[in-house]
Amino acid sequence: MSTQPASPPEVVGIRNVMRARWKALPFWHRVAITIALELVLAIVLFFLDHALGYAVATVSTLLWLRRMPPLPWRLAGELVLISIFLFAGVSSLAAALAIAFGVFWVPDRYRGKVIAGVAITLAVLYPFYAEKMFVIPVFGVWPDIATGVYMLVFMMMAVGLNIVVGYAGLLDLGYVAFYAMGAYTAAWFSSLQFPTHNFHFGAVGITPSLPGIHISLWLLLPLAGMVTALTGILIGLPTLRLRGDYLAIVTLGFGEILPQIARNGDNFFGTGFNLTNGPNGITPLDSLGFGNGISHATSGFLPANYLTCCHATVLGHQVQSTDVFFWTAIVLLLITVFCSLRLQYSRLGRAWIAIREDETAAAAMGVPLMRTKTWAYATGAFFGGVAGAYYASFKSATFPGDFYFNISVFILCMVILGGMGNIWGVIVGAAFLAYLNQEGLANTGQWLNTNIHAIGNLQLPGSDSKGLDVPLFASGIYGLIILIVMLFRPEGLIPSKRIAAEMHETEQHDEYLYDVQHHEEGT
Amino acid sequence: MVVVLGAAALLLKNLSESPSRFFEVTLIGLTTGCVYALVALGYTLVYGILELINFAHGDVFMLGGMFTITISTHFFNLHQGQGAAIIPIVFGTLVLTMIACGLLNASIELIAYKPLRGAPRLAPLITAIGVSFIIEDIGLFFWGPNYVSAPDVFPHTKVFSFHGVDYGWNKAIVVAITIPVLLGLLYLVQQTRQGKAMRATAQDKDAAAIMGINVNRTISFTFLIAGLLAGAAGTCYALYVTTVRFDQGFQLGLIAFTAAVLGGIGNLPGAVLGAVLIGLIQAWNEGLPWHMPGSDWTQSIVFSILILILVFRPEGLLGERTPEGG
Repeated sequence: MSTQPASPPEVVGIRNVMRARWKALPFWHRVAITIALELVLAIVLFFLDHALGYAVATVSTLLWLRRMPPLPWRLAGELVLISIFLFAGVSSLAAALAIAFGVFWVPDRYRGKVIAGVAITLAVLYPFYAEKMFVIPVFGVWPDIATGVYMLVFMMMAVGLNIVVGYAGLLDLGYVAFYAMGAYTAAWFSSLQFPTHNFHFGAVGITPSLPGIHISLWLLLPLAGMVTALTGILIGLPTLRLRGDYLAIVTLGFGEILPQIARNGDNFFGTGFNLTNGPNGITPLDSLGFGNGISHATSGFLPANYLTCCHATVLGHQVQSTDVFFWTAIVLLLITVFCSLRLQYSRLGRAWIAIREDETAAAAMGVPLMRTKTWAYATGAFFGGVAGAYYASFKSATFPGDFYFNISVFILCMVILGGMGNIWGVIVGAAFLAYLNQEGLANTGQWLNTNIHAIGNLQLPGSDSKGLDVPLFASGIYGLIILIVMLFRPEGLIPSKRIAAEMHETEQHDEYLYDVQHHEEGT
Repeated sequence: MVVVLGAAALLLKNLSESPSRFFEVTLIGLTTGCVYALVALGYTLVYGILELINFAHGDVFMLGGMFTITISTHFFNLHQGQGAAIIPIVFGTLVLTMIACGLLNASIELIAYKPLRGAPRLAPLITAIGVSFIIEDIGLFFWGPNYVSAPDVFPHTKVFSFHGVDYGWNKAIVVAITIPVLLGLLYLVQQTRQGKAMRATAQDKDAAAIMGINVNRTISFTFLIAGLLAGAAGTCYALYVTTVRFDQGFQLGLIAFTAAVLGGIGNLPGAVLGAVLIGLIQAWNEGLPWHMPGSDWTQSIVFSILILILVFRPEGLLGERTPEGG
């Protein structure tokens, strides 16, 4: 018996056969084939759009550099690449590469902190160099500052939703309700919406005689968060007992009801009570600002009023009010990330993970299910509310049309794409998708329509002009992203180890009986 | 309880205010309810077998409406004033639409849900939302962002009169399509071998597999049937309402899903009962003259019903209470 050598495991499936054959090739053959394929791809794309060809060549060079021994080859290659771009006159790309290479020379132990520090520094300085950045092929120019604010707000919301979906494993399909709640709370207390009441507290940039409730937006941000968290608790208390998919559908229901109230709330059942000003929305809102006192005390560093501030020129860039909103959003995001990180391994965070992995076992170990789930809901809702309030004050308006179901799915898509449960993944996913939504899709569409004639000459039903209006298809694109991620990499692009293990749990053992039968039929 | 009593009082008041209007609206509600029933059955079949809320189902239904319009007007040249010739045309369109939707639904299952059989419960649910958005955009791509209109071919002459209210042929035909389809489904599920396999799979997949049932094929078959029903619903909706837009599927699908939950999800007669109730509630809300919230609030009312049912009676009106139902 024991003399029989173990036969190699049989390889099944076309993908695995191809992979095994590829691995069996000699090393240099593989290198040669890969380089040849990359060259062909780069050349083909070069004729489509020169910049894209260069980009593919650069990216494949980068991938090859990563596999080189660090000294001397990788260093030499990096220096050559940087100097090529310097001589080609794309100094912004050369600088970006230099920073990226520099980060990878940092020892593993410190790399995480260095990346975080560099990312924050680059983000804070972004308004100063945004206009000088290189053009990305296909995606076009770098996002402008207003898009930056939008991205940061959605990163906040994604981090908030990640607490509910990623940490606690409760699928929330109505997160937009929290966003709406925050936005409307901010709007009610800092606009002319209730002209019969007259209450002023710390609001800047308005005359004291202005009717309506005007409270400083700095107070309103946490207040909106708390009102939203309270809404979350109210929604959660009756519904959190439900099983996962029922909970999802209930949250979806709330996500549809609240915007409808916002839409129809200008005249409740003919009573004439105007809560939300209906489809016209509430606008304008008061401006953010620190008031004259604080502004003088910090000699103008903290602006008195965001909308009228900022004529200073720093580093050759005239600071504008959008920039100040951008920096404030960064601070808010950092606070959100800090809270989320601290929560993750706290007692509460560990209870969330326990519930996510096995509710029954968690309850048996003494985790109070309802209270823990409600806290997840309230915390997630809080950040959604703050983000909504901040975005409303940035736009100085809130409209019911901003709160459709699409937005809930959009935020969910960010969490899934980045990697549920991993805050860095979620941030990257949110930044990318929010950028796509605001500028990226339009730019990509323009590129597709000009460079690919088959798309540029499409005549779609119901559109006046030729070509494909890519932003119109945004939700389908998110749907496609969700589908692809769930099928091929359910743990997301930057996964948390724990979630990845959960997602692939059944692949290691516990194969379903009916799939076993299926295999037997196949052979 | 209070809510139900209040609603009943409101209805009685409306009945006494204008009986003819009440009956007219009720008949409209019954007709819409029939269309919802076809869609709700699709949800309930799939949920019964996979415990998956197939969000894409409503969009398959919407595509069914689009298919109907395209097939009937482009292939069969359907237009107004054709007399009795519309009967074979409508029948042919119905069959083709049902087949198209059935195949579409079955392929969705193969591509999107089957690879996730072993994944955590929420994974297929999230995927279903993604698929729903993709199908919506397929509708947008081929039929454009505006309402697509179908010819209004059914005669509006009355079938019968009741309290001075006419019941038109256009509504009767919807019912005439729905009822045979429902009976056929009931026969299929309760009398045939394949139906027995479906019921067995719904109860326990592993045990069904041991008994020699091909579970994967049974699930595919269920999706096919659900798609056929969605296609029939699409045809009814397109020819009865005469306009379809690419983004209607999701909303109508959610309403139909509410109907399935109301009746007891996984329960076929329950889905029909729930759908008729939801159809009536919607029609009463939108059509009655005396102090009703009106169509602006239809969605809120439907979703409130959904939430109340899920919270207080998750097994629905006709369902049995299961240990994990709550």
